[in-house]
Amino acid sequence: MRVQLFLTCLGENFFSSTLQDLVRVLERIGVDVAMPEGQTCCGQPFYNSGFQSQAIAPARNFLRVFAPTDGYIVAPSGSCVDFVRHHLPELFQDPREHSIAQEIAARTYEFSEFLVRVLNVRDVGATFPHKVTYHASCHALRGLGLREESKELLRAVKGLELVPLNEEETCCGFGGVFSVIYPEVSASMMHAKIANIQASGADYVVMGDPGCLMNIAGGLHKIGSPIRALHTIQVLAANGGAQ
Amino acid sequence: MMRIDFRANVQRVPPNMPPSVRKATTRFLGTRANVVNIFGDERWQQLRQAGHDVRLHTINHLDYYLTRLEENVASAGGIVHWARDAEQARQIVLAIAREHNVKRAVKVKSMATEEIGLNHALIDAGIQTLETDLGEYIVQLAGEGPSHIIVPAVHLTKEGIADLFTQKLGVNAPPDPLELCAIARTKLREEFMSADLGISGANFLVAETGTLVIVTNEGNGRMCTTLPPLHIAVVGIDKVVPDFESVNVLLKLLPRSATGQKISTYTSFITGPRRSTEEGGPQEFHLVLLDNGRTRVLRDPVARETLLCIRCGVCLNVCPVYNHVGGHAYGAVYSGPIGAILAPQLLGVKIAGDLPFASSLCGACADYCPVKIPIPKILLRLRHRVVEGDHVQDAITSAPMRAGARAGSFALSQSFLYALGSQIVKIFQAPFQRAGWLTHLPPPANRWTMTRPLPAFNANFRAWFRKRTPAGRARVQKRKLGIGLLFAGIAALGAWWLARRKK
Repeated sequence: MRVQLFLTCLGENFFSSTLQDLVRVLERIGVDVAMPEGQTCCGQPFYNSGFQSQAIAPARNFLRVFAPTDGYIVAPSGSCVDFVRHHLPELFQDPREHSIAQEIAARTYEFSEFLVRVLNVRDVGATFPHKVTYHASCHALRGLGLREESKELLRAVKGLELVPLNEEETCCGFGGVFSVIYPEVSASMMHAKIANIQASGADYVVMGDPGCLMNIAGGLHKIGSPIRALHTIQVLAANGGAQ
Repeated sequence: MMRIDFRANVQRVPPNMPPSVRKATTRFLGTRANVVNIFGDERWQQLRQAGHDVRLHTINHLDYYLTRLEENVASAGGIVHWARDAEQARQIVLAIAREHNVKRAVKVKSMATEEIGLNHALIDAGIQTLETDLGEYIVQLAGEGPSHIIVPAVHLTKEGIADLFTQKLGVNAPPDPLELCAIARTKLREEFMSADLGISGANFLVAETGTLVIVTNEGNGRMCTTLPPLHIAVVGIDKVVPDFESVNVLLKLLPRSATGQKISTYTSFITGPRRSTEEGGPQEFHLVLLDNGRTRVLRDPVARETLLCIRCGVCLNVCPVYNHVGGHAYGAVYSGPIGAILAPQLLGVKIAGDLPFASSLCGACADYCPVKIPIPKILLRLRHRVVEGDHVQDAITSAPMRAGARAGSFALSQSFLYALGSQIVKIFQAPFQRAGWLTHLPPPANRWTMTRPLPAFNANFRAWFRKRTPAGRARVQKRKLGIGLLFAGIAALGAWWLARRKK
């Protein structure tokens, strides 16, 4: 089994070590990992901010890079996969490009979806003896319908105690451009999320999207909270030491 | 109307308001969950689909159903008026009121009459006009508009309402909901008996019989539409449904989604004025069918699904943005997710262009909407209208912003520029970096760092990945050499330019 890594812009620019962890986890369960050269951004930031005609150029580069590859395309972000699966094809009117986009969309998976639904794997051999709570990222949850997959993976981690998060499925306030267009609203949503995280009693809050992670980790850092925010993949790669 | 400035409005939200909004929305969502669970998810999803289908069918054949409605209202003895816009609707109502020498009007809660600002017009014309829904009565006393589609006074606390009653009604009102309700009830009774006009909206208009369907919990709907001798209903043309089978589906969805009730306390079906065999009811019934931008909404094949809305308000209850800012921040009669897609279409993007961006696109609204309006999809459609323009309206973005987007799009579509940019920001971020975080960035990036720090840029995965194979390692060396040469070239050019300037 071979997968093509889709790094995603936020993943690549802010969470390099999470991508390394993704490679480690996939290789540990016997998956061969390739990284298509030349990948940039899928176009989602333009699309979501209304510049839909400007999303076409990066999206076209995405097609150019991934069309010649084969096998599953796996990303550490539900949001990017939701975009590729549900919006990328509609950007292309040309029937040839449209069908390439559809072909790529059909084999692009979010990492927890890939592990649980495609490989039917839950236990990836990780050990993480800590109290952990889980934040559900909106686009993985509602865009891709992934409600339990990440939690199933976390429950299979040795030593990990998964505690519930009140309002687990409520948006953390990131929302891409929303967070900078309306910073005050984004901030109150983030603060509400952090209050729930603190009330959960967990030492770590775990989530599957770099966007939420930037927001929640930053918010926890700002108030000097001892609670650490991690990407789910970092937990799945852990071998017992603290992260 | 002035351009709605959502950010400025948000900054004016009183700090004690979001908690009282959340208290109410949480309660509604709890009761809703109970009744939906009783239904069972599979059946609930089927019902939502049926609701979606019948609403979409009607909206796609609006001309047909409106014509049938007009015929059937007329044959039941009602008088139908068509209003192109708010001004025409106000004039129609005023003309009827003048003709009947109306002095006092009582109103059932109606978003359509809020939309056309009917109360102001009536009061300016010397007609005493009173809201009779408790929440509307309270916001009318406060001189405000509703902040929620079904709970107009949700932004107020019981203490605030007690103060308001004490001030405006000259009574000693304690902060006790039951007592406040009793005070309002006594005041309102007198008005119902003496009013010579009852004004309502409608939840549905049944085309096959010309029937008005009104859903309330306080009974004021029946009082207003039966006691006064004259009844005028102002209803959006989108409220028409084909028949009672459709009403049957929609009445299962509406109260459950709105308040978590299986059925609301009162559901009234009004067909025409009092018949000769009947003892009660108004002698005259007028129906004002309001367009006010709705046919413009129909022009967009995607965004037209906005008109499926049955005004249950559940998208407001479940929206994290609405729960943190309340309804007034939206600056329009319709707030929350439905307001964010309806207002820019009714008022145009020049006025309400901020609203499609007042969402984190979390999608909770679409999961809860009883008629499955794809709200996030329509938000994206309208964002596109705002920044790039479409066949319905021109864009309102500035030329520099569009140029910026074009430049960004170009840079992010060229792998070399993208990789170079990733490495360059790593160098330029150095002065702002504190232990892996960028805590204070200059504008416009301060819009992020004012709330929380940004993780430092650390793109090094590709190099790490490539170095895992000998071929990759060679490639990394080659790249490093290339980038080194590029920087050396830039430095040489710079030195040459400086040297030339000195001469």
